[in-house]
Amino acid sequence: MTELDLAGRVVDLVRQLAGPGAEAEVVVTRADLALTRFANSFIHQNVAESGTTVRLRLHVDGRTAAGGGSLVDPDGLTALVERTLAAARLCPPDPAWPGLTPPAPVPSGAAVDEATADASPDERATRVRAFVDAVEGLEAAGYCRTAYRSGAFANSAGHSAVGRAAEAAMDGIARTGGADGVARQCADRLADLDGGALGARAAAKARAAADPVELPPGRYEVVLEPAAVADLLQNLAWYGFNGKRYAERQSFAEPGAAQFDPAVTLVDDPLHASGLPYDLEGTPRRALPLVEAGTTRAVAHDRRSGAEAGTGSTGHGMVGASTFGPLPRNLRLLPTGGTAEVATGPLSAGVTGAVADPDTAALVAGMARGLLVSDFWYTRVLDPKQLVVTGLTRNGVWLVEDGVPTRAVRDFRFTESYPRALGPGRVLGLGRAPVRQPDRVDGFWWEAPALRLASWNFTGGASG
Amino acid sequence: MTGFDAATAAVQAALDAGARYADARVMHRRYESMSARNGDIEELTQDESIGLGVRALVGSSWGFHAVPELSDAAARDAGRRAAAIATASARVPGPPIDLVAVEATVASWASACDVDPLGVPLTDKGDLLVRATATMREHGADLAEGLYQIWDTTKWFVSSEGHRIDQRIRECGGGISATSIGDGETQRRSYPSYRGQYGTTGWELVTSLDMAAHAARIAEESRELLTAPECPSGETDLILGGEQLALQIHESVGHAIELDRILGWEAAFAGTSWLDLSRLGTLRYGSELMNVTIDPTIPGALGSFGFDDEGSPAVRRDAVREGRWVGVLAGRDSAAVAGLDYGGSVRADGWARLPMVRMTNVGLEPGPHTLDEIIDATDDGVFMDLNRSWSIDDKRLNFQFGCEVGWEVKKGRRGRMLRNPTYTGIGPVFWRSMDMLSSEIVPWGTPNCGKGQPGQTGHTGHPAAPARFRNVRVGVRA
Repeated sequence: MTELDLAGRVVDLVRQLAGPGAEAEVVVTRADLALTRFANSFIHQNVAESGTTVRLRLHVDGRTAAGGGSLVDPDGLTALVERTLAAARLCPPDPAWPGLTPPAPVPSGAAVDEATADASPDERATRVRAFVDAVEGLEAAGYCRTAYRSGAFANSAGHSAVGRAAEAAMDGIARTGGADGVARQCADRLADLDGGALGARAAAKARAAADPVELPPGRYEVVLEPAAVADLLQNLAWYGFNGKRYAERQSFAEPGAAQFDPAVTLVDDPLHASGLPYDLEGTPRRALPLVEAGTTRAVAHDRRSGAEAGTGSTGHGMVGASTFGPLPRNLRLLPTGGTAEVATGPLSAGVTGAVADPDTAALVAGMARGLLVSDFWYTRVLDPKQLVVTGLTRNGVWLVEDGVPTRAVRDFRFTESYPRALGPGRVLGLGRAPVRQPDRVDGFWWEAPALRLASWNFTGGASG
Repeated sequence: MTGFDAATAAVQAALDAGARYADARVMHRRYESMSARNGDIEELTQDESIGLGVRALVGSSWGFHAVPELSDAAARDAGRRAAAIATASARVPGPPIDLVAVEATVASWASACDVDPLGVPLTDKGDLLVRATATMREHGADLAEGLYQIWDTTKWFVSSEGHRIDQRIRECGGGISATSIGDGETQRRSYPSYRGQYGTTGWELVTSLDMAAHAARIAEESRELLTAPECPSGETDLILGGEQLALQIHESVGHAIELDRILGWEAAFAGTSWLDLSRLGTLRYGSELMNVTIDPTIPGALGSFGFDDEGSPAVRRDAVREGRWVGVLAGRDSAAVAGLDYGGSVRADGWARLPMVRMTNVGLEPGPHTLDEIIDATDDGVFMDLNRSWSIDDKRLNFQFGCEVGWEVKKGRRGRMLRNPTYTGIGPVFWRSMDMLSSEIVPWGTPNCGKGQPGQTGHTGHPAAPARFRNVRVGVRA
């Protein structure tokens, strides 16, 4: 039985048990997920899971409830419908119910790489082997993962959709004497992940990060590598371009206002990579420009927040969205071709290995004095309205003087408003080569080039 | 096919495929959550999931496979796949792996539960949230939110060493929050904490919280915070409420004493630990008032169980005794690597997740003071309560926390309310500065502890009480 068959069966069950007036939407997803994890240069955890989940949301007699589970045999599906129906009937009225997604064409999405979908434990282990070999005696740690999802949506309004997605990601560090270097990449095809190249990059960064000095806290000009920029995108997505937080006036976003530097163009672009082409409510997913040349254009909505805002859904319905809000999860910071964009530069200057790509090299070359930051860690929001975030640097920081990385620096704690750091006049340079960074779950990713910012507020050294 | 039957079949298949050790967990979990906003129910979700996860050790390499089916064929296939994955792991082999001995046990355990939380009518549970959030709106909150969550988990564990253990653990809890929105900032007050209080108990825990009785107060306080003075910046004496201290323990003690982190197994993601095993038993972690236990036997605390997910029985142990570091959270394999003789702190977030080292209940023993005595004894300081933000480095040393509310403390009296209170420090320096600790211990529950790849959400408990710390940097801002 296909996922679409299963979804249709649940819709039929709702009709049988609740009558024709009940509105139902069903998402069925089959997933094959595997992750090979290594530490101390050996594979210490290696997992895989296969299964199908069903999610049902129904609206009956003006009341709404949702349920889900992994039981997809006839008894399990019947129990799911009965349980959710009973819950809906006991709930208070839901006057803000936005209705079901009407029938609409759904894009086919990017082609699925069958080799990634069917990847074996040996193929993941082979890439780990290559990463470990490439660090040449340093300690290596990280993961290689593959994910395949095949899904279907159906609702009682006659709308349906199907899709498939495959993704691979590798994320690893090399470690030497307390210094770590990182390499991280997400791709549609496992074949595009080169464990050896990633390991070599991480090792070079780790060696370059050895013997760090401690610098005083304060405001520094920075070049952020793509892994660090990904953290900016993630927090902007969760707290800024989130339709629920916007409606609650907890977001900084003001559509129509020039809130960012003209070099900043952000688009949520789910079809740029392999992914299911519909959201939890069956709305077709599409590119959503959030910021164009510094001007905020939109926030993400599901059907409920979109109805409240009068804009309609932007295809961002997701599990939990009614609680934490609909949010972009495939955000791209686009190279714009504007004056802030840099040409590539040489890699050889200064501390060997600190600069790992031509984009970053060009940005660093333009910095009189500042810091090159590889990665951010444990960022948490102090105030959502201004998106003031605290966190730490990780996996390498270097002092840059006269365009050259001169010393490795110990980690800093920072406290910074992300939109302010990206505000008008604050972006001094943008790379040309975006790198797709994986999130903690497949289907979420953040793509950005390196970024040079005028100021970043470091509020303490890692030692206090 | 029973849970034991399926787990047994999976273990046998893994052994037949070459494993020298295997274990399997069948888990059946029912989950219910309801949230309310501004007097209306926002979402009701009920999930049910059942499946099997099997772990195989081939040579010194692990493999794990999980399936949502309990048929004999599916269980055997999962066992074979786990062994095959373990064989693939050997392409990048590590040091020899042993497991510390645990007596093979046949047992059954259940958490205490007076009122079945899933048996309480949805209308009653909904009314509670609607009433509390409506009251918060009436008293000035721009955003009034309430939430409860319930987990009812039954699991069957079988190992190739002869374990055969079933457990039923019921957990629940809830809380309310009021947010007021001003020009360019938001202020939040919660009760009893942001996500609420949780335990391995029945609905009686939620009833005892009496959330509606606190709704008006926290709404008014959230609005008052908008015009309260900013928490001053500088070094001062810091008094922490018990809820905030619970998170401080979680982040700067609990994670730091996880043996997998200490051994480097989490280096790329969650991080390592500043602790060095060679100093176990001698390292001064904090002041002599600091006595921290690892205790999964505390009735009703969120990190309690009868047996962990490797079949080790729940046992209380010291982690820090009179300020000295003496114990870790360990599993059978990590303990063997470290040369220790105990595991007991391994858990899996559902049938599809690998068991790994997790906190149980990690918390303080009572001190000799009360909160009133601590305030009385403080000439100049800040009292902060209820967590708002948390961040700590990958070695669990450098932390910065934000709280929902602060109060000036001058000459032994609690004074003006302060907004945006934050404090920062280095774990062992901070804990060594603790000079007063209350006896008013509460076993705070944290239902959202993230760790592992793929991600796992752990439920942990943290007995904590108000305490005072000297010369702490406060008032960090952008």
